[in-house]
Amino acid sequence: MQIAHFTERPIRYVPEAPVLQNRAFFGVSNKYFDAEKSAHDYNFYLDEACYCEEVGFDAVAINEHHGNPFCSGNVLTTEAAILARITSKVKIVLIGTPLPVIKHPLRAAEELATIDIISRGRLVSGWVRGAGSEQFFNNANPAYNREMFNEAHEFIMQCWTREGPWRYEGKHFHYRHVNPWVKPYQKPVPQQWIPGVLSPETILWCAEKRYPYLGLGTALGPTCDMWDMYADKAAELGYQAGPENFGYLLPVFCADTDEKAQDLGRGFIFGGGQNAFSRPEHTLPPGYNSKAAIRMLANQPGGSWLGVSKAKMMAGQEDSWDASAYEGLRQKLIKGYEKVQENLQVVVGSPETCIKKITDILKVIRPGVFTVFAVQGNVSDKDRLRSVELLGKEVLPAVRAFGKQQDLQGPFDRFPGSVKLAPGTKRLPVVDRAALAALNLP
Amino acid sequence: MATWKEETVKVAGSELVVVRGGSGKPLLVLHDEMGYTGWMGWNEELAKGRELIIPLQPGFGKSPRLDWAWRHRDIANFYQNMIRELNLGKVDLLGFSAGGYIAAEMAAANPEQLASLTLVGPMGIKPDKGEIYDMFACTINTYLRASVADQENEFKNIYGGEMSPEQFELFEDARAESARIGWEPYMFNPSLPALLRSAANVKLPTLLIRGSDDGIVPEDCIRKYKEALPQAQVVSIAGAGHRVEIEKKDEFVAAVKKILA
Repeated sequence: MQIAHFTERPIRYVPEAPVLQNRAFFGVSNKYFDAEKSAHDYNFYLDEACYCEEVGFDAVAINEHHGNPFCSGNVLTTEAAILARITSKVKIVLIGTPLPVIKHPLRAAEELATIDIISRGRLVSGWVRGAGSEQFFNNANPAYNREMFNEAHEFIMQCWTREGPWRYEGKHFHYRHVNPWVKPYQKPVPQQWIPGVLSPETILWCAEKRYPYLGLGTALGPTCDMWDMYADKAAELGYQAGPENFGYLLPVFCADTDEKAQDLGRGFIFGGGQNAFSRPEHTLPPGYNSKAAIRMLANQPGGSWLGVSKAKMMAGQEDSWDASAYEGLRQKLIKGYEKVQENLQVVVGSPETCIKKITDILKVIRPGVFTVFAVQGNVSDKDRLRSVELLGKEVLPAVRAFGKQQDLQGPFDRFPGSVKLAPGTKRLPVVDRAALAALNLP
Repeated sequence: MATWKEETVKVAGSELVVVRGGSGKPLLVLHDEMGYTGWMGWNEELAKGRELIIPLQPGFGKSPRLDWAWRHRDIANFYQNMIRELNLGKVDLLGFSAGGYIAAEMAAANPEQLASLTLVGPMGIKPDKGEIYDMFACTINTYLRASVADQENEFKNIYGGEMSPEQFELFEDARAESARIGWEPYMFNPSLPALLRSAANVKLPTLLIRGSDDGIVPEDCIRKYKEALPQAQVVSIAGAGHRVEIEKKDEFVAAVKKILA
């Protein structure tokens, strides 16, 4: 199995009150930006990645968001290019390049190939559609999001594999002279891992392409359902999906004692945590979701999509919110913090606690890639590095041993989609539902 | 009560759902960016002397989407072929908000096809002062509320209460299609003021209506339309927001009847 470390590289000095008052990270004014503090943070996060390599992680994963202090990575290729030079063994996993948002697939093909060349073949190139708020920030038409994603992806594959020069006239992109003088180090192309939050369209697309799908902290029950959907599609296409086709990202924070971990792990709910990434109107821009997803939302008043319920979608911006009441809100968030731990959606504790909970989760969903998502909020350099150290030296060896015992083959152990399945053969299970039931989750 | 019916016609290479009601010379009505509101008081009044023909915009849930359409101009072309294929003759044209944008594109492309043009709170031209309210950066309810000065009376009857799943889906369809054709530049065509010269040249009878408290389309849009169409009459309806036909039905109907007469 491959074990990765991921961080959003939060802007740690942003005060919490404006985030709560804004009801989201996206949209908090950049008047709070502090060049000196950010200079420290950007450098620290690069050093932290080097330390991950030193203590035994197989990969470091980064992403990008825009106009949002939740994540300081705005242009992930710039950071990845530095990592390519200052690390020497770890895979550099991008989860991912938001293709429709950057709107320039030729440049993306060049940047990513450069990273793969400098790192001598350590790039894992993930692709994303970009969160809803990204469409606003970059003025990317959300109604064409999936079309642009598909076209940009196909075009980049051509850039990486086809001999130039040639001319490209697509629907959304047009290039007179395609002949990039940088191509990936890995042949034919770098591995591509696709992160997501259980959109069926994306899961089926991954199964068709034989790309590993990475569930981003998704609830275990629905994750099992979606991985079965992937495996069914794979069987239809003549291959047996296995752990090498699946990855899972889980918020994990480790400290010397459970008490200390609990205290610092509250950073996961800083400002409202992931649910406060952006407000509903920015999370689901018009046309961004498929008709099926919208219908599901319309018919399930109690249900939600990306943390957005129909009720929230219906509310006016001025409705049912007292912006000054954020003290009360914090208390509510702390209750939520306990709940997400009971649900195993966040793991916080001493190495022993982390090992137990992580292996419980891995037993159910059997991923070949396991990614820990480092804590958000204002946690000191020292505490972050101690978490990395404990994870690397105490948690990882135990998780690796468990992975070996469970035969959790990663995509670099067994190539995704390489296990053939004869037509008409019943596929093997990809998840362990008995283990899920045994967890007795609320 | 005038009788109206919803029918599906095959025009310009596609199916189109059209609401038709009343009798008399045809009055083609283009609804706004959130979709057709249903037969209301103003429809009833205007249908006394005219046949109202209200196409439900392609992609807004009922009529299938036109995959080839990129811009409001393309929808305008589609409606112009609808006029030809349904043999409607020279029609009076009434457009609301983004429907006004489409109507203006039709007038720019072929003013000879029209008997008159009435634009109500029209989008389509970039204002020098102010901005067209961004319908995509807010929730459905926020936009609906921003579109009126007074949330009582007919507005409350239409938009009050719980939204059904079907209505929610229709609004989302409308928003998605409006984004598809109007995301960037946002709800205007930079060429439109120049293109409208054709409608100015033939002195197409034109009426521009705006609610004095319109929170969606700035007053400067009307000024720029007037600049492009000097023959236009401008009517400002006091105390109304963007949806004058809902909020000040009588004043609205009186102004429209005058140009139709």
